[in-house]
Amino acid sequence: MVDLSLRGIKKRFRTVDVLHGIDLEIKDKELVVFVGPSGCGKSTLLRLVAGLDPITDGEFWMAGTKMNDVAPSRRGIAMVFQSYALYPHMDVYENMTFGARLMGLDNAEVERRIAEAARMLRLDALLKRRPKELSGGQRQRVAIGRALVRKPELLLLDEPLSNLDAALRSEVRLEIAKLHRDIGGTTIYVTHDQVEAMTLADRIVVMNQGRVEQFGSPRELYETPANTFVATFIGSPQMSLLEMERDGDRIGIAGTGSVVPGRLPAADERQVIVGVRPDAVVITPGEDGEGLSARVVYTEYLGDNAFTYVRLANGQLISVRCTPDTEFAIDAPVRVGLLPNKAHFFSSATKQRLPA
Amino acid sequence: MTASARSVSSVPTVSSNRSTVWTLDALVQVVLIANTLVMLVPIVIMVFSAFKTNVQIFQSPFSIPDFTNLTNLTKIWTQTNFLRYLGNSFFVTGVSMLLILTLGTMAAYAIARYRFTGSGFILMFFVAGLTLPLKLAIIPLFILMRDLGILNSHAALIVVYVATGLPTTVFIMTGFIRTLPSELEDAARMDGASEALIMWKIMLPLVRPAMVIAGIQNVVPIWNDFFFPLVFIQSDGLKTLPQGLASFMGEYNTDWGVLFSGLTLSVLPIIIIYILLSKQFINGMTSGAVK
Ligand SMILES: Nc1ncnc2c1ncn2[C@@H]1O[C@H](COP(=O)(O)OP(=O)(O)OP(=O)(O)O)[C@@H](O)[C@H]1O
Ligand SMILES: [Mg+2]
Repeated sequence: MVDLSLRGIKKRFRTVDVLHGIDLEIKDKELVVFVGPSGCGKSTLLRLVAGLDPITDGEFWMAGTKMNDVAPSRRGIAMVFQSYALYPHMDVYENMTFGARLMGLDNAEVERRIAEAARMLRLDALLKRRPKELSGGQRQRVAIGRALVRKPELLLLDEPLSNLDAALRSEVRLEIAKLHRDIGGTTIYVTHDQVEAMTLADRIVVMNQGRVEQFGSPRELYETPANTFVATFIGSPQMSLLEMERDGDRIGIAGTGSVVPGRLPAADERQVIVGVRPDAVVITPGEDGEGLSARVVYTEYLGDNAFTYVRLANGQLISVRCTPDTEFAIDAPVRVGLLPNKAHFFSSATKQRLPA
Repeated sequence: MTASARSVSSVPTVSSNRSTVWTLDALVQVVLIANTLVMLVPIVIMVFSAFKTNVQIFQSPFSIPDFTNLTNLTKIWTQTNFLRYLGNSFFVTGVSMLLILTLGTMAAYAIARYRFTGSGFILMFFVAGLTLPLKLAIIPLFILMRDLGILNSHAALIVVYVATGLPTTVFIMTGFIRTLPSELEDAARMDGASEALIMWKIMLPLVRPAMVIAGIQNVVPIWNDFFFPLVFIQSDGLKTLPQGLASFMGEYNTDWGVLFSGLTLSVLPIIIIYILLSKQFINGMTSGAVK
């Protein structure tokens, strides 16, 4: 039973503030993904949780115990490093026994755990090999195996798939999801790939510049992003953000046209940022009619889907999901309409979500 | 040798003409062979002379001796203090090397890995030792040793050798340790290893190539050192090999045959060490320890 509680965690390297007060409550058996752009502090936060770097300020609790000053090895945590960090001079078997033996387990138990991990990760044939004799995916599995033999209550993974090719990536991703269920512990997974985050996570922590932008389930993040950063970070192609003006039940852009979005935010700001995902927009060919006027830039054909990029009269680019058989000539005039109740509203000033 | 071979053969052979390339190669070979000869001749003559009498050495210095004539060797064994000197040299060199490598590696590890204020200064402090002309300090050193009461003891030599050996060792090791990924230590820390165990089980095997380089760098000058024993050691029973061998040279007559066989025996350990470690040495120079 491990639930984690991060309370106002700050981290400073000499004079640089990297984390500015992180508050998170992570439940037992959850798979939580930290996601965010490069340099936002994901690895730093993970290393604080692991105990590899000291916490500058704030408290870190695990299962009701304050952990700030507990040594890494006593936290019941195992970590898979981005570079795998396999001991180069030891073979796979020794790599996996090193930690297990230090836990003071007897030989029979160590053997049993290694056999189990080797079977689960299909490492049996590789036990006598050195890390340099393994492929990237195999090293990856050894690194995970080394973590698993310690039977951690909390497993930390730092961008474990970043060195793998696309095909192997989705395969190992499935394996990790399955492992998490099989082990039944808590897992924290770091990535900067939002697809990985969406597919794996029970809940996602979106980080940006040392702050948590939002913490919620993939569905919450997608359907109710807390601010424009989360809105554009989650979802592909990106959500388009439009500066629009409210006028009764219509919103519009001067010189471009106006639309009826359906439900409007309760707040009565006139100037709002409207976020539209590709699936919230419809385009109809033609110069005149309802909606915003725009011209087609190009169409991306993906087989089961197509994305058309159109440029509004005010110069802004919007991506639109279409059926694959739609064909627009480049530069053809179109009208852009919104599906009802699909738009997101954010405050122009604070960039925060405006509740309906 | 290896270094010169590499630098010479890496001269770009721009010409596409095969015969020019061939001539150049031949030229390189000639230079290398000449170089080898120049380096080997003195050693060969030393070994030859070890089996000759004084008269033979001066009459026919280049002739091949009768290798079954072991009188010089038996003389060394039975009539001189050679074994004693050899033992002293082993002891002094061994203890010095042990201390240099242990202390040097530990210092380098701390400088390379632990973040603390002044770590850069400490590295510079060690490296500054490289620039000191130590022999100029011999009189203060002598006085220091006298006041410490370790004149005429092996401790005086060991202290000086360790001090002279540390700068290069710390310098080489710090550079090398910095190239090793620190995530390895983090992984070991997560695995529950103590700092000492990390040093012993993870770092030590990885830095071994660098230790071999630092070791060879230091062992030759220490083994061959003549100056400091001459100044610090008086008792015959404490003398090291170079110093002891020098006493074979008498004021009026010298048994050159015995001297040369002593020299031959004294370079033997170094050559053996070189051969044993050369694989590691070359590995260490050409490749990192990981990936
Ligand atoms: N030891 C350090 N000293 C100083 N600054 C550091 C240190 N480690 C990290 N930083 C800084 O902290 C910030 C966050 O780094 P971190 O490694 O946590 O990013 P990240 O979110 O993991 O990025 P990525 O996705 O590229 O791995 C960066 O701006 C980085 O420069
Ligand atoms: Mg990172």
